[in-house]
Amino acid sequence: MKFAVLVFPGLTCDLDMYHAIEDTVKQEVEYVWHTEADQLDQFDAVLLPTGTSYGNYLRPGALAKSSPAFKALQKFADSGKLVLGVGNGFHILVEADILPGAFLRNNGLKFRSAVETVTVENNNTAFTNGYAQGQNIALPVASEFGNYYADEKTAQELKNNNQIIFTYTNGNTDGSTLAIAGITNKKGNVLGMMPLPERAVEEVIGGTDGTPLFHSILNNWGEQHVN
Amino acid sequence: MSTNHEPTAEQIKENKLYLQMGMTDWEYERAVEKLGRIPNYTETGLFSAMWSEHCSYKSSKSVLRKFPTEGARVLQGPGEGAGIVDIGDNQAAVFKMESHNSPSAIEPFIGAATGAGGIIRDVFSMGARPIALVNSLRFGDLTDPRDKFLFEEAVAGIASYGNAMGVPTVAGEVQFDQCYSKRPLVNAMAVGLLNHEDIQKGLAAGVGNTIIYAGATTGRDGIHGATMSSSELAIDEEAELPVMQAGDPFIEKLLMEACLELVKSDALIGIQDMGAAGLTSSSAEMASKAGYGVEINLDLVPQREENMTAYEMMLSESQERMLIVVKKGREEEVIALFTKYGINAVAIGHVTDDKMLRLIFKGEVAAEVSADLLAEDAPSYQKESKEPASFAENQAIENKEPQVTDLKATLLDLLQRPTIASKEWVYNQFDTGARTSTVLAPGASAGVVRVRGTNKGIAMTADCNSRFIYLDPETGGKIAVAEAARNLVCSGAEPIALTDCLNFGSPDKPEVFWQLEKSADGISEACRKLNAPVIGGNVSLSNEVNGVSIYPTPTIGLVGLVHDLKQVTTPGFKQAGDAIYLIGQTATEFGGSELQQMTEGKIFGQVPAIDLDVEVKRQEQLLAAIQQGILQSASDLSEGGFAVALCEKAFATNGLGANVSVEGSAITALFSETQSRFLVTVQADQVAAFEQSVDDAVKIGTVTDDGQLVIKSAEGTVLIEGTVEQFHAAWKGAIPCLLNSED
Repeated sequence: MKFAVLVFPGLTCDLDMYHAIEDTVKQEVEYVWHTEADQLDQFDAVLLPTGTSYGNYLRPGALAKSSPAFKALQKFADSGKLVLGVGNGFHILVEADILPGAFLRNNGLKFRSAVETVTVENNNTAFTNGYAQGQNIALPVASEFGNYYADEKTAQELKNNNQIIFTYTNGNTDGSTLAIAGITNKKGNVLGMMPLPERAVEEVIGGTDGTPLFHSILNNWGEQHVN
Repeated sequence: MSTNHEPTAEQIKENKLYLQMGMTDWEYERAVEKLGRIPNYTETGLFSAMWSEHCSYKSSKSVLRKFPTEGARVLQGPGEGAGIVDIGDNQAAVFKMESHNSPSAIEPFIGAATGAGGIIRDVFSMGARPIALVNSLRFGDLTDPRDKFLFEEAVAGIASYGNAMGVPTVAGEVQFDQCYSKRPLVNAMAVGLLNHEDIQKGLAAGVGNTIIYAGATTGRDGIHGATMSSSELAIDEEAELPVMQAGDPFIEKLLMEACLELVKSDALIGIQDMGAAGLTSSSAEMASKAGYGVEINLDLVPQREENMTAYEMMLSESQERMLIVVKKGREEEVIALFTKYGINAVAIGHVTDDKMLRLIFKGEVAAEVSADLLAEDAPSYQKESKEPASFAENQAIENKEPQVTDLKATLLDLLQRPTIASKEWVYNQFDTGARTSTVLAPGASAGVVRVRGTNKGIAMTADCNSRFIYLDPETGGKIAVAEAARNLVCSGAEPIALTDCLNFGSPDKPEVFWQLEKSADGISEACRKLNAPVIGGNVSLSNEVNGVSIYPTPTIGLVGLVHDLKQVTTPGFKQAGDAIYLIGQTATEFGGSELQQMTEGKIFGQVPAIDLDVEVKRQEQLLAAIQQGILQSASDLSEGGFAVALCEKAFATNGLGANVSVEGSAITALFSETQSRFLVTVQADQVAAFEQSVDDAVKIGTVTDDGQLVIKSAEGTVLIEGTVEQFHAAWKGAIPCLLNSED
């Protein structure tokens, strides 16, 4: 399986995502700079790391629209191949209308770095089949804009379609609608999440609860490509 | 700002306009004499910036020479953007600490942010990938609204820049004392990693080679920042404040990636950050260090504002700019590299053989001054030094225990002192896990990041107890280095080299200069004993508000090497049943202690003594024991003494407690700040091995599983008893509580 780490200017944690693939599922992985995104169709999955794309000017993720990669990303998502956006990568997916909702500043109004307990609300996805339904996992968060917002109608739809994949288990410090930590699109091929699974793939850096997520992606791909 | 009516050279001389730029009469006359004519406006600006304390170290050079700067691991000592030490496997650690005190006193968010930005540039300008940030902060005691504001904004500023750069903040320290009220200290340290062959220097060498300007445009921000940083602040006066330079980490991130790609290219000759005194210092220093000259056409400098003068361009401290020298004929590929990252890069001049800094502006020579005269040959002063009367007075005071009636209440009060209380409020705002290599994050004794692809880690810490230095600068200087080393050793690292940030009052006060000299003596001696040379640093003088100096604060940024990540050790208790050992005897030493400040409202007397031979022996034995895997936890005893250290060990692990007994007078045993002491825990089956390998260790009790903290006297009297949770809540909630309280 071949992964692309798509790097918009200002995304800082491309390295973390790259190593997560190397260290967990040990598959092919390449950085793709945003001006070279026309090559995306050669890849099986696109990973959008976290960071501060375009300095978070205007709104986090908003200025990614000005990049040539924006259309390529939408096209890739439409094709049904897997897209994972974490942190600021999730912001970009929302700004790209690939995922519904919006982001607000954290309730505490400050950047917040912590390890959160997160509940797997739906393990029947391409990203979470390696977890147990309802499993609690520990993942780091690091954002000033971790407060996911969806209006009532959108939130209800997310619920009805089982698109809510992760929620915060103990409290909802940043103030997300329905304590949402991660959602997929309707088709289930795009996951956005604020917790950072790529930062939880080795004991030496504090835990491995993110590892099953990357294995889930590979399992799913394997099942689709048995022949 | 007026752009068209610059004073003439004659007017500058007659009206002594150079005084406003921070030059003395003597300095101006020296410039005239060396130049052989009277300098024009732009040239006077060059002299004033390059001969400021910030750029020239003119008052502190004699003191800096005291520091040991050599060692087997040192690849680059003081003098470049950052120092470099070998860490084996053809790799090296690159680091430096720098102050951004004056800007942070005026605009704390921007000032602290650009402090972080500047030190990151210093590290990547050496060719190294920045891998971690450390900070050392000082504020007033959070009773004054202005100090609360400075604290909140400075922390947010550092966070905004470091986080956006994707460089994790892994260690730091914050202390609070009224001597820093309205005059905060913001010291930022960056640590980078490189392979030996990628080391770069700021050299403008090779006649005809091309000078490239890369990064943000030049505006009128920060003009004369270096001079301002070298003078006292009059906070209460409605003085006209300079236009502060603002930072943009988004540009810096792109600039960093481009520069780190460039260092792999053989087109590159030299690279330097445009930091303090911007284009002036980078061009003059690069030429002077290389023994060449440079000619720059200022009309080619990318400008943010209209009608900028030569003076303004040269003195601007606009952020996120680099000066680069590349081989003639390779300009296009280098510019293309920057363009890929969306960074503006233009050729603005070339290297010459006449050792002059020559500036062309609108087709005419706007300035022509010897680069050496600006850089290396800046004036240097031997300032007057005088022992203050208070020193002898303090030395004559007998050591006495402060009056304390309720031991438990005293411990609870100490835990809520902002200097001792949990700094979670601070470090939760920092992205501590970016780069997925953080092994120990803030909250431990030191920060540790692993070196990917090896089993090694780089450990780092910043420390300085300025109360000790105020009372006794020499002893305090030794303690600052020793304490930093203790923090590394307790984390499982061998200290290898340090950077410092010398924050002092005005060097024109003989008593302040004496503090500077004496503390440098103490630091130097400790560095020699601990085999940790000084490989770079920064001096920040004239930290005064309305004539009153801060406590002398020579912050130590120490870097160490973890040889095997398995040896990384944390302060917290690990499991019930482990034996608790106190290493080192305790004496009645309260001069400059947190308890003295808390109970007496001031500090006085003799500071705790330190015997560096004892210190070194204990650290070596402790590190060896850690490396052999016979310790479960290790921490040093610092502010607040034994009781605070014991509490912090218990806070780290839910449900655990401690039952210990202490010898001698309770107040001394619990709260004295005697040096060279450690608290460690050892599993039952390792006790024999531990006792064999570490001297001066006394078993004082065990880790319990009942979540209770019980401290008894040797006779069995309960001195302090309570739930760990009670102490923890006080410690954890103190800073948010202080910030929320209305005054």
